[in-house]
Amino acid sequence: MSKKFIPGVISANDLREGHVVYMNDAGQWVLRLSDAAFLDDPVIAEMWLDLANAQPDKVVGAYLAPATLGPNGPEPAHFREAFRASGPSIELPGS
Amino acid sequence: MFQPSDFDRAAVRARAEQFRHQVARRLDGSLTEDEFKPLRLMNGLYLQLHAYMLRVAIPYGTINARQMCQLAKIADVWDRGYGHFTTRQNIQFNWPKLVDVPDMIDALADVGMHAIQTSGNAIRNTTTDAFAGAAADEIADPRPYAELIRQWSTDHPEFQFLPRKFKIAINGARADRAAIRGHDVGLQVVEREGEIGFQVFVGGGLGRTPMIAKELRSFLPVADLLPYLESIVAAWNLAGRRDNKYKARIKITVHELGIETFSEMVEAEFPARRAAFKGADQAILADLKAQFAPPVLPARESESFEAALNVDALLRDWAARSVSPHHNPDYAVVTVSLKDHGAPPGDATSDQMRLLAELAERYGQSELRISHEQNVILPHIAKADLPALFEALRKGGLATANIGLTSDIIACPGMDYCALATARSIPLAQQIATHFRDLGLEQEIGALKIKISGCINACGHHHLGHIGILGLDRAGVENYQITLGGDATETMALGERAGPGFAYTEVIPALERLLRAYLELRENATESFLETLRRLGPDPFKEALYAEAQRHAAQ
Repeated sequence: MSKKFIPGVISANDLREGHVVYMNDAGQWVLRLSDAAFLDDPVIAEMWLDLANAQPDKVVGAYLAPATLGPNGPEPAHFREAFRASGPSIELPGS
Repeated sequence: MFQPSDFDRAAVRARAEQFRHQVARRLDGSLTEDEFKPLRLMNGLYLQLHAYMLRVAIPYGTINARQMCQLAKIADVWDRGYGHFTTRQNIQFNWPKLVDVPDMIDALADVGMHAIQTSGNAIRNTTTDAFAGAAADEIADPRPYAELIRQWSTDHPEFQFLPRKFKIAINGARADRAAIRGHDVGLQVVEREGEIGFQVFVGGGLGRTPMIAKELRSFLPVADLLPYLESIVAAWNLAGRRDNKYKARIKITVHELGIETFSEMVEAEFPARRAAFKGADQAILADLKAQFAPPVLPARESESFEAALNVDALLRDWAARSVSPHHNPDYAVVTVSLKDHGAPPGDATSDQMRLLAELAERYGQSELRISHEQNVILPHIAKADLPALFEALRKGGLATANIGLTSDIIACPGMDYCALATARSIPLAQQIATHFRDLGLEQEIGALKIKISGCINACGHHHLGHIGILGLDRAGVENYQITLGGDATETMALGERAGPGFAYTEVIPALERLLRAYLELRENATESFLETLRRLGPDPFKEALYAEAQRHAAQ
């Protein structure tokens, strides 16, 4: 394997609405990172990614997003993933 | 006032209809994402970090009150009640759903708007001076030429597979308010022995390899504009590198070949192309000039405004920042700040858009402009109406008196929205604005351009900021490089990196050290930050950024 495997979760954007989604243990797309399936085996992660990519009618741009396993489920392993999980860090205008 | 032709309206409708079918076919599985992506990008639709983003064209930043109202409606019905005005004089909606985008594009078409030429490897919308058609220092209104370029470049059959995107900027005033030499092609309107023409620059651009455009022609007659532009794009279309996306822009072509060789290639293309233009373009241009003729502005007294200035300090402060000279002495050009301290730069709520439209209708010939500095311009306001306009803006939260000051920051959306970003931009801009206001230093610091980009692609023009800030990902942590001495005007310069980057929380203290050093170092209160930097060089400023910090750390 050319690239070092980093454990994580399968994430993508919802095709119709565009929002961030994660794949859970049942292979369903969910909104919360903490509900996602944590994948620390490279072979299984690859299989799940194939599963995600086989659903172009549901999601766009599936990838393995780096994560660590915390007490309440997966947590972001990079600040970009933290922003994807929690939304913009700023107050939106008019809100 | 310029109105799109029946041909343009039909073309926009046809494109909207095509896109509706393309979206339907993506949703029913007939199109893969790989097939759909170039189609959605041709219609300004990106997929960003948290959502789709629709970038709507505001060609040469010119928009009327009715169109602004429609943008407000689109924000309310299909987005989250606001829009983001960009450094390319466009507007972006950050939260559309794919299924709604065809309706949004139809709503745009209802007012002659669209999202064409806002994305992809196309000749993008021509940008210009936001004061065009109104400024006192204008040689000629650049917008008829910008519109001519738009008509020529839209779906130009020869340029459907360009190496990369291509950006043209045109400036018609003596002061460059369009950063023309930061573009693939920059056009400066010049006058020679009574004849209007263009000084042509080529090969500018920011991004990972920033370059200032070089002069290609000192005087190009107006009649030669389109064939000459076509020759430039054709030469680059042949010679531009398609092997490496990062080397595909014309700046690299010009840099690698040299300006003389590139000029020869353009001139070799030119005669045949010149001959092929048989005057139809000049007939169209004559019509466009008539359509862009300045509005008839009745004579108005301005003494009441002068009197109001003497008694109203708030009006005086605002006018000092927001009011610029108009070619008619009874009138003024008003810049409305979209940079209220602590607000995301360039964002406007739908209520603010409606207020701006209403005020443009009531006081300003229904005309508005978007500036590349992410503010809104009311180009034709009678001085006598300025006090009433100010009051109305104040009530709507749009009278922040900070144009050209520390808090009038250009910032890209950064990692709060953008899929390409490596760090955040907006929260830094917000903190800089409130920090220096709270210190009470903003007025004292005076003229200052801070520009922030959240990645190396430089949408926030950081290279051209007197102080530029570039956000990067350094080993999984946000890190910000500071550049000094950039300049976006006719004396364009690229900022130079001051030294190692700063962590997110270190940026504001670093800027405070830098700006306090400037206040100590300047000769007098009228010497700007950029002038002091140019007089002394960067060393004392680097000292403030780095050595002082080390001394503090050692204590």
